[in-house]
Amino acid sequence: MMSDAVTNLIEIKDLKKTFSIATGLFSRKLKLTALENINFSVRRGETLGIVGESGCGKSTLGRCILQLINPDEGQVLWLGQDLTKVPAEEMRKRRADLQIIFQDPLASLNPRMTVGEIIEDPLKTLKPEFNKAERRARVLKMMEAVGLLPEMINRYPHEFSGGQAQRIGIARALITEPKLIVCDEPVSALDVSIQAQILNLLSELKDEFGLTLIFISHNLSVVRHVSDRILVLYLGRIVELATGDEIYNDPKHPYTRALLTAVPIPDPKLARQRNIDALKGEIPSPINPPSGCTFRTRCRFAQQRCAEVRPPLETIEGGRLVACIRWREIEIPEEAEAVLGA
Amino acid sequence: MTKVLDVQDLSVTFALHESEVRAVNNLNFSLEAGETLAVVGESGSGKSQAFLSIMGLLAKNGSTSGKAMLGDVNLVGMEKSKLDRIRGKDIAMIFQDPMTSLNPSLKVKTQLAEVLVKHRGFDQRQAEKTAVEMLERVGIPEPAKRANAYPHEMSGGMRQRVMIAMALLCQPKILIADEPTTALDVTVQAQMLDLFKTLTDDFGTSLVIITHDLGVVAGVADRMMVMYGGRAVETGNVDELFYDPRHPYTLGLLHSTPHIAKRAERLDPIQGLPPSLEHLPKGCSFNPRCAFCFDRCLEERPPLAPVEPGSTRQKACFYEGPLKYGKVA
Repeated sequence: MMSDAVTNLIEIKDLKKTFSIATGLFSRKLKLTALENINFSVRRGETLGIVGESGCGKSTLGRCILQLINPDEGQVLWLGQDLTKVPAEEMRKRRADLQIIFQDPLASLNPRMTVGEIIEDPLKTLKPEFNKAERRARVLKMMEAVGLLPEMINRYPHEFSGGQAQRIGIARALITEPKLIVCDEPVSALDVSIQAQILNLLSELKDEFGLTLIFISHNLSVVRHVSDRILVLYLGRIVELATGDEIYNDPKHPYTRALLTAVPIPDPKLARQRNIDALKGEIPSPINPPSGCTFRTRCRFAQQRCAEVRPPLETIEGGRLVACIRWREIEIPEEAEAVLGA
Repeated sequence: MTKVLDVQDLSVTFALHESEVRAVNNLNFSLEAGETLAVVGESGSGKSQAFLSIMGLLAKNGSTSGKAMLGDVNLVGMEKSKLDRIRGKDIAMIFQDPMTSLNPSLKVKTQLAEVLVKHRGFDQRQAEKTAVEMLERVGIPEPAKRANAYPHEMSGGMRQRVMIAMALLCQPKILIADEPTTALDVTVQAQMLDLFKTLTDDFGTSLVIITHDLGVVAGVADRMMVMYGGRAVETGNVDELFYDPRHPYTLGLLHSTPHIAKRAERLDPIQGLPPSLEHLPKGCSFNPRCAFCFDRCLEERPPLAPVEPGSTRQKACFYEGPLKYGKVA
């Protein structure tokens, strides 16, 4: 058994991030808690999926890990070293190891640079030891790895479709040979047939380059497909973390269960059978979240005491995490079981 | 069953600087009373343009030919003044982004009431009262209070409910929903799909749902039409197409869609890229990406025809063997 420090590439401890927002010219500033009490680790070589609905803090979390946003409190331990304490200049060098792929592939590419220049750019800043010829050789090799033809090297981003542009974004992220890539909704803007190509590509590249991936998405089917473990966020807090199979076969948190039954299933017979455990209402405002458990306003299992205490993030059997004071007591509703067990 | 909409040879052409491009090509389909038809395809398949043309909402450089019979009136080529009496009353359309479809400077109830005053001759008070009732029907809590809100004061899910309420005010025969849940969160999407089912049952409205998401199709639709490169390539009942697809593109879409209940090691995506409408390949438009393509597909365009004589299912494909990956030589 290896020690935690070796198996964990990243450890997040008590991370908190707030944003202050002004509501009007003379009004006082309001505080929005985007992330709170975030504790988890990412193991070397795994794909950790982060799911949640809009405003749950999933993208903010990805950016906090990469230090693109500075958290208010807490630590981001990269191989034991706290990245939040690393000076900006040194962090810049560290970025060769930590890269990101964005949702909108065309918007994240500089329209005035050629494909070759875009992919080469991180090498210029992060790997100054390579000369021009070495850089070009690496760019061409990477283009091949992501399925771009060598003759595309002098073309501009607007000449590419969304799927091709995402391949360029992936090549740019991989060129510095990073250890970790945060994929922030990498396939959400793509057509279904292209989405599948990019998902397969990411999984091939992960094996080829020995990558660790953090895969952020609102689409639970996609996350389930790519992830070893899945982290579920609700209003800036972790509600559950477990392996994909555990989340799917034996969800502990009522929110995870509700998410699972709301996912559209591309199978008409199953879709007709299932009785959607539709959540009431919508996500409350993060400016003024409910007291106690933030999910209680939409939870069918909520009781008085759920309003009184913030549920702690408990570690339960198998190293799973769950934040619900009633997880032991609540039963999976029969109709949900019919679908989940199918 | 009665046909509420019968579309014949519908084509949509856009004039570009020195050329023109066909976005929709000889589309034929009909919609039965009370049914839900899903129109499925990826970007550029023509699925949205086909219905925008039926509604008379094409961009200025677009032109439509063919027929779209709503009962015994043809919507194609109809004068705007006549069309205005039909749109919103007999046939309504809602879009992906409800914010851009609502007027940001008018209260929700004002926008809703306007429809009733214009199409059904209600007076203002009566119209506002009916508007509030409809907001309640679509599941908006405290409808009387929310009716006084402006669109920006509502969430995306609430705005989409307002759009649905507005579309249903005149109890149209047909509601066309273009990617109505794509911008919504998954739990809100589930509520919305549930609402569509209830409302089509209650009002007997025929629903056309335009989407790229096969999960949405499986949950709400009775029949589906798959489009590729501006043409229908397969039509039939939802169960038939999901469990026994006959067009390689339908098969490819099904294999590209991750399924929460069946975790596959890999997806089987369709190879290559969707075609550019300006440079469609000769023969079948799908041939460069098709695993089952043979000589004839490169030369001739397969017509949309019954899969077997007398069948109501249709496909546009010459290949007659079993559609299974890995079994083609």
